[in-house]
Amino acid sequence: MKPAPFDYFDPSSLQEALELLADLSWDASLLAGGQSLIPMLNMRIARPSALIDLRRVPGLDRSDIGADGIRIGAMVRAASLERSVASSDSAPTCLRQALREIGHPQIRNRTTIGGNLAHADPASELPAVFVALGGTMTLVSKDRGERSVPAEEFFQGVFSTAREPDEILVEASLPTYPGRTAFVEVARRPGDFSLVGACVAAVLEELVAREVRIAMCGTGDRPRRLREAEAVIEGAVLSAERLRELADAVSAGVQPRSDLHASDEYRRAVAGVMVRRALERISGVPS
Amino acid sequence: MTEARRIRLTVNGRPREVEVEPRTLLSDVLRHHLGLTGTHVGCEQGSCGSCTILFDGAPARSCLVLAPQAEGAHIETVEGLAGPEAEAIRRAMHEAHALQCGFCTAGIVVSLVSALRDGIGQDEAAEQVLGGHLCRCTGYVNIRKAITAAWKQGANP
Repeated sequence: MKPAPFDYFDPSSLQEALELLADLSWDASLLAGGQSLIPMLNMRIARPSALIDLRRVPGLDRSDIGADGIRIGAMVRAASLERSVASSDSAPTCLRQALREIGHPQIRNRTTIGGNLAHADPASELPAVFVALGGTMTLVSKDRGERSVPAEEFFQGVFSTAREPDEILVEASLPTYPGRTAFVEVARRPGDFSLVGACVAAVLEELVAREVRIAMCGTGDRPRRLREAEAVIEGAVLSAERLRELADAVSAGVQPRSDLHASDEYRRAVAGVMVRRALERISGVPS
Repeated sequence: MTEARRIRLTVNGRPREVEVEPRTLLSDVLRHHLGLTGTHVGCEQGSCGSCTILFDGAPARSCLVLAPQAEGAHIETVEGLAGPEAEAIRRAMHEAHALQCGFCTAGIVVSLVSALRDGIGQDEAAEQVLGGHLCRCTGYVNIRKAITAAWKQGANP
């Protein structure tokens, strides 16, 4: 199908974009890479009366990977970040792994980090990475200026975030994490949305795990930290038995729903397996 | 605004200008306004890959690009593909009988030519790049045979 008619604006500055959005907010959609929005327009699931295209807004397509963390402009394409991350020593492994799971290469050439995060698909990979590592979203509005929202508060439900209708997500950032990280997921085919994905991070001294972070995608209405499961291995010596215990805690701690692609029981079982597998990769402990 | 806009873009090396509503998809600009029907439209939701074109040199779904987003862009369609990589992919697809109805073929050829040009490895091409295309009749076995042949040749032209 084809999109329904809409008014199209392509402002050339952030200020102009914010003014347009303040005027039109309830009925306008922001267009970034369009890899989720345009399918919705084509299927007429979304029928905004106006589109504000951010492609000409300067400065949103820069990313900075440094020793004090990563700052990613909202219009940075996933493929471009993938290349930056590949050539950096300080980028967390889980980010590199999660980026490769976003759609197909043909999609990653267009899809943007800001669009991916603001869309807040519960099966989406990057939100889980930002929640696990304690990322921050920077939002700007015409009337209230800039504010920072922790990733855990930003994601509020299915396709739902803390972004107000007059706000633009301009940047997402990740602090440095002192330990090792991994992102693993299961999907039916390469490029498909994850059925279940896990982002796991831990600081390991010998085999004692500290600063443990676990966040899942595909197992609920939004990515969440699994703090009870994290506590199972926090300060503990990792062993095959301990990882099995962790997997059980993860399965008990998620509330997935059945859909066309997988049942809730399957997702619950696989959630534990994904976390166990991610920790195996980080620690080298076979289970 | 909903009214038609003038869009300037370069298609297969030629500067082109169209006047279209902003809701017009790039796939429809190519097919309906520029007569380039080699770009096929399958699902119009980004799943099938039939409409894949090169957008500033990188493969993308033309059904997931609105015409104004292509303002100033360099677009390459299956009709415009030329050079040793294109020749290698065409010959390998032909020799391996890597198509049946041919509907998905244009998009696959575009993605594979781009992968060969960019020096992407054979396994990556067969798993990730081909993963972005649906073929519902030949299946992927012969396409993978074509990839193997083209990459072998690509390394020793």
